[in-house]
Amino acid sequence: MTIKIKNLSHIYNPKAPFKKVALDNITLDIEHGDFFGIIGHTGSGKSTLISHLNGLIKLQSGDLTVDGIDLSKRYDYKQLRAKVGMVFQYPERQLFDITIERDVGFGPRNLGLDKDEIDKRVKEAIIKVGLEFEKIKDRSPFEISGGQMRRAALAGVLAMKPKILILDEPTAGLDPKGKKQILHLINSLRNEVPTIIMISHNMDEIFENCNKIAVLKDGKLKGVFTPRELYDNSSIVVDSGLKMPSVYQIISALKAKGYDLNAINEEELIEQIISAKGDTL
Amino acid sequence: MKDISLGQYYPIKSPVHRLDPRTKMIAVILYIITLFLIPMLPNYINNGGTLHDYLIIAAVCYGLIFILLIVAILFSRVPILRVLKSIKGILFLLIFMSLISMFFYGGPISEGSWQWSWWNLNLSTESLINAGIMSLRLVLLILGPTILTLTTTPTDLTAGIESLMSPLKLIKFPVRIFALIMSLALSLIPGLMDETAKIINAQKSRGAHFDSRNLFKKAKAMMPILIPLFISAFKRADDLANAMDSRCFNSSKKRTKMKRLSFKARDLSLLLFVASLIGIIVYRGGLYMQSIMIGGIVLGGVAVVFMLFGIIESVVLKRTDG
Repeated sequence: MTIKIKNLSHIYNPKAPFKKVALDNITLDIEHGDFFGIIGHTGSGKSTLISHLNGLIKLQSGDLTVDGIDLSKRYDYKQLRAKVGMVFQYPERQLFDITIERDVGFGPRNLGLDKDEIDKRVKEAIIKVGLEFEKIKDRSPFEISGGQMRRAALAGVLAMKPKILILDEPTAGLDPKGKKQILHLINSLRNEVPTIIMISHNMDEIFENCNKIAVLKDGKLKGVFTPRELYDNSSIVVDSGLKMPSVYQIISALKAKGYDLNAINEEELIEQIISAKGDTL
Repeated sequence: MKDISLGQYYPIKSPVHRLDPRTKMIAVILYIITLFLIPMLPNYINNGGTLHDYLIIAAVCYGLIFILLIVAILFSRVPILRVLKSIKGILFLLIFMSLISMFFYGGPISEGSWQWSWWNLNLSTESLINAGIMSLRLVLLILGPTILTLTTTPTDLTAGIESLMSPLKLIKFPVRIFALIMSLALSLIPGLMDETAKIINAQKSRGAHFDSRNLFKKAKAMMPILIPLFISAFKRADDLANAMDSRCFNSSKKRTKMKRLSFKARDLSLLLFVASLIGIIVYRGGLYMQSIMIGGIVLGGVAVVFMLFGIIESVVLKRTDG
């Protein structure tokens, strides 16, 4: 078991008149090898939940264990943050250093690694995210394109060699091509980073990539489901103020016309449409 | 950053919250002037007064101010502890200042009073009283404006400042632009604070630590926060300027307001109250017995007015709340 969350609750400004219950008694497990999706309407507590996972928010009540580290007791922040890599929304906004090479090395330097190891990791990470190391390492992170900046920021997290990677809206603000590339990149990391957690408002991305999906509504967990289960019970998603992915919309439109399809992703859908067309012809 | 509210505005409904921001600002200004008009011990004695007389005057003046403060806090419905929290920020200054004025008192010391000295440090009855009064004055000086900021939203404050500064238009001071700059700055603060929290979290996730004791290291650790923050602040400002331009903003045209300030009877009564207070304290010189009487009458009268307002307000508030 990689991450174990039990009865986790969090209240912002607990004593003030403007207090807000962000998480209400959440219990869920994320296992080694999961590509875990978290969906929910704005303000449903997604960000608060993931911020707990690398100790950015102090535990108020409940239990939380991340890869053997019990966060309800005293623990080593550095050790936790080396294990859990966090890529926030618009990660390119965290870039600050003079060169891309130095910026990507910020995390490893903070971990106190020796210089050779840092250089090695930085080079690996920059190449892994699809940037040309020699060409780009000495340039300022502010003079490359938006898509490249996001890759550089991602490299900054990967250079810490996390076991668990948390992504908050990794494709927000990118054009369709950029979105595809980033998702492709994330999927190509599965060998190095076995467990990935992703928040997204884009249901297509979540359903295409995740094997488990947690649905949050108003700080409460509606449950953890596989994409298949949510396809069969779309009301769970709709009741939480979200839309089902476009593959689902196409399938239900076709079902209404009498076609029996059960695809849950683009590839399957295309295949089934082609074969269904063959039937009617 | 959901854990921090903008400024220190305490969002509840109360008679004090409902006052015109201009009233509260004028009252606070009068309050501060009043505080400075109360004589300090060395000056009073140098002008021929006695320690005994001074104590009575100080008791009357600070007593009146204290009562005003208590009334204001009670009517604002802000927890007293929340108000007192503002002293925490000046605690160091307070202690430092009272120690200095305690040991290095330069005023005259009457013959019969208690004295103690060691090396360069001198203590006496006068120096202790002086230090006590100076600390009290500093605390009162902080508490008054605190009530103002606790009960007035930054937007209202800006509107109030703009209105109070409008006479300056006569000498061609660009009041409108000034007010615009202030309100824009205020409106950018929540966004920037949000951004700061996000950047701090992002850098913390990359293993940054900001709790080093070493001042140099601490400053260096701020760079990963400050640089992204500056970049985002400039970007925001740029976007805002473009948005204003594209909607034909023109600073020389008079703007209308969605929320107009209105000066009501309760505002007048509060101002009269504070003005009478300052009157009493200005009128102190020797005639302190008279001041006590006048003060008592004014205070009693105004307390009744305040109570009436409090009752009316709470009835009205209950109706609108329900």
